[in-house]
Amino acid sequence: MLARNTTWTLSRDADIGLTFVGVNFYDGQGFMVRKNSGINSVNDFKNGISACTNTGTTTELNMRDFFNSKNISYEPIAFEKADEVVQAYDAGRCDTYTTDKSGLAAQRTKMSNPDEHKVLPETISKEPLGPVVRQGDAVWEDIVRWSLNTMIEAEEYGVNSSNASSLKDSENPAIKRLVGSEGELGAAFGLDNEWSLRIIEQVGNYGESYKKHIADTGILPNRGPNQLWTKGGILYVPPAR
Amino acid sequence: MIFKKFNIENKKARDLIPQAITVLALLSVIIYFATNAQINMGNRGISFGFGFLNQEASFDITFSMIEYDGSHSYGRAFLVGLLNTILVSVIGIFFATIIGVVVGVSRLSDNYLIAKVAEWYVEIFRNIPLILQIFFWYFAALRALPLPENGISFYDISFLTIKGWYVPKFIWTNFNIFLLSVIAAFIAIYFINSYATKQREQFGKQLPTTTISLATLTLLPLITFLFLGVSLTFEYPVLKQLSPTVFTYAGGVSIIPELIALALALSMYTATFIAENVRAGILGVGKGQKEAAASIGLNKNQILKLVVMPQALRIIIPPTTNQYLNLTKNSSLAAAIAYPDIVLVFAGTALMQTGRAIEIISITMLTYLTLSISISIFMNWYNKKMAIKEK
Repeated sequence: MLARNTTWTLSRDADIGLTFVGVNFYDGQGFMVRKNSGINSVNDFKNGISACTNTGTTTELNMRDFFNSKNISYEPIAFEKADEVVQAYDAGRCDTYTTDKSGLAAQRTKMSNPDEHKVLPETISKEPLGPVVRQGDAVWEDIVRWSLNTMIEAEEYGVNSSNASSLKDSENPAIKRLVGSEGELGAAFGLDNEWSLRIIEQVGNYGESYKKHIADTGILPNRGPNQLWTKGGILYVPPAR
Repeated sequence: MIFKKFNIENKKARDLIPQAITVLALLSVIIYFATNAQINMGNRGISFGFGFLNQEASFDITFSMIEYDGSHSYGRAFLVGLLNTILVSVIGIFFATIIGVVVGVSRLSDNYLIAKVAEWYVEIFRNIPLILQIFFWYFAALRALPLPENGISFYDISFLTIKGWYVPKFIWTNFNIFLLSVIAAFIAIYFINSYATKQREQFGKQLPTTTISLATLTLLPLITFLFLGVSLTFEYPVLKQLSPTVFTYAGGVSIIPELIALALALSMYTATFIAENVRAGILGVGKGQKEAAASIGLNKNQILKLVVMPQALRIIIPPTTNQYLNLTKNSSLAAAIAYPDIVLVFAGTALMQTGRAIEIISITMLTYLTLSISISIFMNWYNKKMAIKEK
């Protein structure tokens, strides 16, 4: 299983023997510039601008589509590794750094002076990031898909790593299914019934995981679309039953 | 009885059998891997085929010697990468040879300082891994270059900045006529030189070939400028402001810092090995040769050029061919600093976008193989030509 910031696209899903099993982060591509550059929006970009990014990513393709749509000639500088992109942008080789906004936020912490840089407000593409498995193993696909769904549904019902085991006698049948005290859902994948309980206890629900890795590290404190549908976001998963 | 006769009396047949077995074994290994790959790829739903080369590439390349943008095919992107690889290899080979010969000869100099500096150069640049040298030139050295607004200017027509070396663009009218005149000049020089050699061998007359050659090379193209309608104008790079603090140069040609850094690193690194080859070659010429040459009144430069080097070249060329091949293959490290060579563009971006790993890597390997073999063939021809013919 590949669980990294990999965008779910048609060609990746259909053409190379992989299957995407869900979205665990709704992201979008953005641009980072220096605060003192005087550029406040992507509409301020002019002909001749140089943009750094990683090779072989959806970013490279989106960048071209974006600049073409605005009829701006640009210089694409594509490196293999993110560290090299950061170094080149930091040194002033390129005027803007473009990748998924979560990536921009994370890489900014590696700059020599993070406060000198800002991310422009516009989002120029959809980048649904999610886990990937090999095509052809239906049971494994289901296991990974429903592991992700479990984490999100657990947050929906208020089940977290600390209270999960104590909720075995809950009144809510949905919660009871999540912690394994009702139903035989695990058997459908060949797992025992506590499979979802173990996930919630060891890794936490979606909200806990987000808080620990993304909000508390200062990368993206605002969850944006990555919030439950009941709270204004777009995390809506099929019910585990 | 028949077998014994067959084996002993027919050596060719005897040699044929192990060769046939080896070829069969090799073929069976290749066939095994091919069918294995086919079966496994079929199971995983991965398709195989070269049709993707006609698909639209959808990504741009910052530096290309031919017309290219994202609407062209992957096949064309491959061509762009290939030309970029050849470009940086040629530049690298050129400078590595010059630096290598100079450093190699310097190490044998009687001047203590020159010899020591050359020795230190070789020891330092030979022993640091190439990838680190590339990173050094790109991130450390080039980073020291100024931003465009403070660019280092050469008479205001060329500017050296962190975003690239901006030089004037040559705008030709009737470039083909000029090109033809240059080719004609080279052909004329070749004939003049062979005529001059015949004159020298038959009559002992030494024509001033260098002067005549230079004159031909300048006069013929000059004639095209004056009478045949060839003309040249320049487009100069001009500072352009993109935002309150962001500048760049518009117009002219921009030589990207990635190319400069890679060419520099490759040249400096490979030059050390070529220098050692040159030194070995010169030391390999018998001492008697130098003494005999001195005794007929040649000075040190003449001894080197007329007596020592022609003999040393036989020793220098084969290992130097190796170094040229190494340089060409080392240029694949370009991916680390975003120089769009064939590995970054084709075996990198195109591979990641299409997922056709086996096809793309095979094509890339075949390409490097072809490049290397071409260089080898040329160098072997040159070596044969240089070989001193026993008279």
